[in-house]
Amino acid sequence: MKRRDFSIMAVAVAAAFAAAPASAKGQYDPGADDKEIKVGNIMPYSGPASAYGVIGKTMAGYFKMLNEKGGVNGRKINFISLDDGYSPPKTVEQARKLVEQEEVLFLFGTLGTPTNSAIHKYMNQKKVPQLFVTTGATKWADPKNFPWTMGWQPNYQGEGKIYAEYILDKMPDAKIGILYQNDDYGKDYLHGLEAGLGDKAKTMIIKKLSYETTDPTIDSQILELQASGANVFYNVTTPKFAAQAIKKAAAIGWKPAHLLNSVSSSVGSVLTPAGLDNSVGIMSVQYLKDPTDPAWQNAPDFKEYAAFLAKYVPDANIKDSLPVIGYTTAHSLVQVLKQAGDNLTRANIMKQAASLDIKDVPMALPGVGVKTAADDFSPVEREQMIRFNGKSYERFGKVYGR
Amino acid sequence: MNILNRKWVILGSIVVLAVLLVAPFLVKNFRVFQMNLVIVYAIAILGLNILTGFNGQFSLGHGAFYAIGAYTAAILMDKTGMVYWATLPIAGVICLGFGWLIGFPALRLSGHYLALATFALALSIPQLLKYNHLEALTGGVQGIVLSKPDAPFSLMMFGQRLNSDRWLYIVSLIVAVIMFWLAYNLLRGRVGRALIAIRDHPIAASAMGINLTYFKSVTFGVSAAFTGVAGALGAVVVAFVAPDSFTVFLSISFLVGLVVGGLASIPGAIFGGIFIQFIPNIADEISRAAPWAIYGIFLITFMYVMPTGVMGLLRKIWEKTGHKHVDSDASEHP
Amino acid sequence: MDAFIHQVVAGLAAGSIYAAVGLALVMIYQSTHHLNFAQGEMAMFSTFIAWALLEKGWPYWAAFFVTIAASFILGFVVQRIFLRPVEKAPVLTNVIVFIGLLVIFNSVAGWIFDYTIKPFQSPFPKDAWFTTRFFSAHEVGSMGVTFLVLLALFLFFRFTPVGLAMRAAAQNPDSARLVGIRVSMMLAVGWGLAAAIGSVAGMMIAPVVFLDPNMMSGILLYGFAAALFGGIDNPWGAVLGGLIVGVLENLLGAYVIGTELKLSVALVMIVGVLTLKPSGLFGKVVVTRV
Repeated sequence: MKRRDFSIMAVAVAAAFAAAPASAKGQYDPGADDKEIKVGNIMPYSGPASAYGVIGKTMAGYFKMLNEKGGVNGRKINFISLDDGYSPPKTVEQARKLVEQEEVLFLFGTLGTPTNSAIHKYMNQKKVPQLFVTTGATKWADPKNFPWTMGWQPNYQGEGKIYAEYILDKMPDAKIGILYQNDDYGKDYLHGLEAGLGDKAKTMIIKKLSYETTDPTIDSQILELQASGANVFYNVTTPKFAAQAIKKAAAIGWKPAHLLNSVSSSVGSVLTPAGLDNSVGIMSVQYLKDPTDPAWQNAPDFKEYAAFLAKYVPDANIKDSLPVIGYTTAHSLVQVLKQAGDNLTRANIMKQAASLDIKDVPMALPGVGVKTAADDFSPVEREQMIRFNGKSYERFGKVYGR
Repeated sequence: MNILNRKWVILGSIVVLAVLLVAPFLVKNFRVFQMNLVIVYAIAILGLNILTGFNGQFSLGHGAFYAIGAYTAAILMDKTGMVYWATLPIAGVICLGFGWLIGFPALRLSGHYLALATFALALSIPQLLKYNHLEALTGGVQGIVLSKPDAPFSLMMFGQRLNSDRWLYIVSLIVAVIMFWLAYNLLRGRVGRALIAIRDHPIAASAMGINLTYFKSVTFGVSAAFTGVAGALGAVVVAFVAPDSFTVFLSISFLVGLVVGGLASIPGAIFGGIFIQFIPNIADEISRAAPWAIYGIFLITFMYVMPTGVMGLLRKIWEKTGHKHVDSDASEHP
Repeated sequence: MDAFIHQVVAGLAAGSIYAAVGLALVMIYQSTHHLNFAQGEMAMFSTFIAWALLEKGWPYWAAFFVTIAASFILGFVVQRIFLRPVEKAPVLTNVIVFIGLLVIFNSVAGWIFDYTIKPFQSPFPKDAWFTTRFFSAHEVGSMGVTFLVLLALFLFFRFTPVGLAMRAAAQNPDSARLVGIRVSMMLAVGWGLAAAIGSVAGMMIAPVVFLDPNMMSGILLYGFAAALFGGIDNPWGAVLGGLIVGVLENLLGAYVIGTELKLSVALVMIVGVLTLKPSGLFGKVVVTRV
């Protein structure tokens, strides 16, 4: 061969080698390679919302268990979880640290509405997935404007609408008294109920009272609600205040139809401290299995969950319903990663997250699945109403949602 | 050679400034963001120092002024489309007014009572920001999302672009230099001495003809203005404001930064800013289980080793190495 | 009318909680002339100790008194180890140490006991003889306990030599030393007593608000308000101050401004009163000699 042809061939071969991806196995964005997938997460491990930190610990435990079984598609998950103390500026800092310094593939399960709001624009500008955020706010399902953000839980407004439907159907003469936490979560639930009641909202809602998380007690509000003559109590409070509300209402002999938001419906962490006798008749909505419900004690997914919790998250309380959220959300993520296979680019992660159809979700209620599509960024939408009978919750009525 | 010689001071300052300007191009974006926050906090602490360090009025509520400044900037940028750097002086003026107003009842209170009053102020700010009737303006619980301004020109240094973060850092640096220079001038002369006199010997000071009412309330206003400007700058840097960003813990952090940096010392504010930005991160690296316990230990240790702050320690070292004791504004009383 | 009475009563019940915390703060102020920001967290930590004992099966009153004793020791030791090095340092340095203690106690409690809420037993049975139509047994009981503590404090400071020595040590340490009082030891005893009172407050509060590491953060401000409102050096004033703050807050929320702004308005009112009476409602006005 002439020398010139040889050089051309040499250059062509060299170019072919240079163009080939660095790793032979798959396509990668920063944070993924043949051996591991780096997943970032931000939780309030300190500060006023520290009770939710256990969700992050559960997620960490889940990935540890998964790694011991070999990981996903032969890759281990490196779960990096940072604390933001529920302070939005800190969340911004931690998100930037995870994306720019740790170079994670995506953020998963970050908790809180103001905190996620603070990084919402940033994540979409950087084109890094903000996946399965742990909050029920309605704004995360907006694929047109924010294609890199997706929620997971059934949103709060949807739940409020379910209660509205129930009231309009079963209690058309209701006089509704509302206690809500004065923040995004409380107001979202409030809007849901009001939207669901439509024109009747003005006449049916006779008292709307708020409280701050810094308030020591909400006794005063409960007294006021009783004095207003309300016969339906829409209780939008976080676990500590929900327990106080239930206890106080019983102590003053106020027995309205009690609609309790699902965030605080746990038998173990709310109804038991409040008093099981005081909680009879409380209604709520559920999409996950309550670990204290005797109906599930022999279910195989519950036994697996209990064993997992005991081994991998020893400080967690089996009666607490918060770890269940971490467990089920992590399960959905693993499904996304499985579907992504060796194409671990951020775009593909979002694509797979928007193509989920999981029918059997461990620790979810029967009939509740995880389903997404390119225009449907709400993974879990199905939930059912439940009523407490003194020992456990009984499901009733239909399963709402798509 | 006397290194306090004017020539050396100017040369030294130029070197330091040059280093500070080049630094953002040597590190990743996220570090630049952190350094930016240090500057913002330093300005806020400087404001607090004017009131508490130099004038002895105990404030546990400067987070409130920071919040007012931040929201002023956010509302102006969001609702009127004002350019970010114009919001800073407006935030300063508004906080000057607020601070001056609050200075009046504060005249009657002192020590712990003033601390409670300012603490109460800081505590009530989040509730006010969430108030229904103000929601259209403040965004209520959802807060206001802002856009980060871009750099007005292109520049490449050490292979890094002058992007939004680095540009904001330089802007913050310029603002900080202006604020520190303002403070230095305000406090060096008669005004500064009057403030210190009021702090240490209020009765003697008023006997000497210093108008306590005027000075104390104006100091409150000026102090609030500084912290308000810092708040506005902070809002631009973080590009987000929400009531949850301005809890009581922020006010407490400023106080911590003040004492750690050194009371009645202008450069001390910088050390304070560095402390409150980075020590929580370091504590987090040391212990995942109880990071704030580590932070508390850091705090207590710092107080043992340098009860008069970093600047107090540096001053001691300076004196011990034989240099003449120049001008000390720090004293036993806060 | 009934509703109004209920609101006042609820206010008194909440107020007695603030009063109890306020008492602990007054205690520490009277013996050290410092306001301990970590008081709330120490009280919370003591309550967790009681909870742990109860979980192990101890009878209530045994756990109660052992916790008080343990808290005394804890307060004493904390002063000896952490506060002694900064005894002579400026006020703000001490404040930072208090803040450090605050975060340490909070963080350690969360680490050891986790953050989920825990029910805490009330020693007063639901249908005790002193239950009335308006007050529950626990509310009456805890108010009674608060008054007992108040009385004990009053008697201690007025009539015992140790109490007198402590007051002297706080007001004029140098002269006190000249008379032979071990000032440093008095400070430690003061801390111990304050911690003990705080633990009682915690154990009275926990049955109402449920026990978790952040239990006291909301209450501490009200405790401060109670203590300062009534005059920082006056135990009676702290109790009265607490009750007034509790009732005021409830009435404001129910009848005047609504719950959305009641915190802000209550605080504004407190500050307003302080402006008129800068040493608190019942505090001693200190006149300085020029």
